[in-house]
Amino acid sequence: MSWIDLIGFGPNGRGGLLLWATLMTLSVTAASLVIGAVFGAGVAAAKLSSSRLARVIGDAYTTILRGAPELLVIYLVYFGGSQAVSAIGRLFQYEGFLGLPSFLAGALAVGMISGAYQAEVYRGAFHAIAKGEIEAARSIGMGRALRFRRIIIPQILRFSLPGLGNVWQLSLKDSALISVTGLAELMRTSQLAAGSTRQYFLFFIVGGILYLVLTTISGQLFAAAERRVAVSFSHGLGRS
Amino acid sequence: MDFEFLASTFVTLVKAVPTTLALFGASVVLGAALAVVLVVMRTAGGPILSTFSRVYVFIFRGSPLLIQMFLIYYGLGQFAVIRDSFAWPVLREPYWCAVLALAFCTAGYQAEIIRGGLQAVPPREIEAARSIGMSGFLLVRRIIAPITLRAMLPAYSTEIILMVKSTALASLVTVWEVTGTAQRLISQTYRTMEVFLVATLIYLVINFIIVRLVALLEHRLSPHLRERPRISGEGRTVTSLETSHD
Repeated sequence: MSWIDLIGFGPNGRGGLLLWATLMTLSVTAASLVIGAVFGAGVAAAKLSSSRLARVIGDAYTTILRGAPELLVIYLVYFGGSQAVSAIGRLFQYEGFLGLPSFLAGALAVGMISGAYQAEVYRGAFHAIAKGEIEAARSIGMGRALRFRRIIIPQILRFSLPGLGNVWQLSLKDSALISVTGLAELMRTSQLAAGSTRQYFLFFIVGGILYLVLTTISGQLFAAAERRVAVSFSHGLGRS
Repeated sequence: MDFEFLASTFVTLVKAVPTTLALFGASVVLGAALAVVLVVMRTAGGPILSTFSRVYVFIFRGSPLLIQMFLIYYGLGQFAVIRDSFAWPVLREPYWCAVLALAFCTAGYQAEIIRGGLQAVPPREIEAARSIGMSGFLLVRRIIAPITLRAMLPAYSTEIILMVKSTALASLVTVWEVTGTAQRLISQTYRTMEVFLVATLIYLVINFIIVRLVALLEHRLSPHLRERPRISGEGRTVTSLETSHD
């Protein structure tokens, strides 16, 4: 069988599986970006908080999740999560092992790592807001909540876009590690196809190319989004 | 907290630290050498070599390290040509496959960091050196290299921390470094949290030492940017942000 048949869409081809796996990689990364946004916002708030305890917790979170190998975090969430779920199962008289779904465990693990990086992005974006704008808002009588919604959030979103692009690319590549939990994403599917056909080289090259397609397209999308957002910034301030 | 278990976990994991450090050291050194070659190709190599360098960086930064490692570990062994070649004794070893994959990957990132550092060399300094008759290797050694090195150190320390973390992937090609050993402990004892904390602590200590060493090097390399000691205790200290550019 020629290599074209192997990666094609015929009866013995893996083309369909690989495309499906590419979508799976995309969706697990998207889920992790959303989970990371929640973690990141919380941790950034903790790090910017006036409470010393909150700052220490925020710092510990970013130090640990940026300092530990991604694989270790995935093991923690996958095995630890499954143990927690089993423990909850025992409370309801269910004896036996309950696993955390690998999509959920993977998205959560990569999301927690992404959250640590996103927290730094949001914190940087918050510091980039001109202090005068917050004073101006205060001086015309905007309350805390209104100021947050009208002045702070829209600017944080704009300033953090380039950083979020980087985090997205990191997560896209981290998502390959979710393959250890058995989730049929791009890495795992290439690995299985390679193993069953003994064509390791071919399928890892094809898998690698599909990752390159993903990172290139998403890089261009983020660049386009940045250009769009840049329109609303005043020029000549070194912000572009 | 079961301190006895934590202590025995720590002892087991510390025994794997030399493997992690060996992976890290070999791949960073190899990767740095390769990165220098890539930068030379990019900046002085003509259209073909420069395009090669660009494509290399694109490929190795755009795809996951794990797939690169599997490509080398499983992919290369598939070909009889390689199994019969002189390189097979090296490529047969999981350790060297992991080192090669890590080195190839970090070379792509390090090349970009070095290129960024090169851009920080002010053209005026090169002109000044040329005007007093320095050229070629002397110019590189005395002017370009020191300025580049200093400018790239902050980004470089980030990259080598990422490399410490990346060595964890070697466990997936059966090299028993810290993360692989931790995974084995987890599946034997089911005490995920404790093992995770001990392993993370080990990585944090390694990272901390590396960050301090790089900071020390940066300090040594920039005596002219440092504030002169003051006679009185008056005055504010200059922050690192203010001294980072000349």
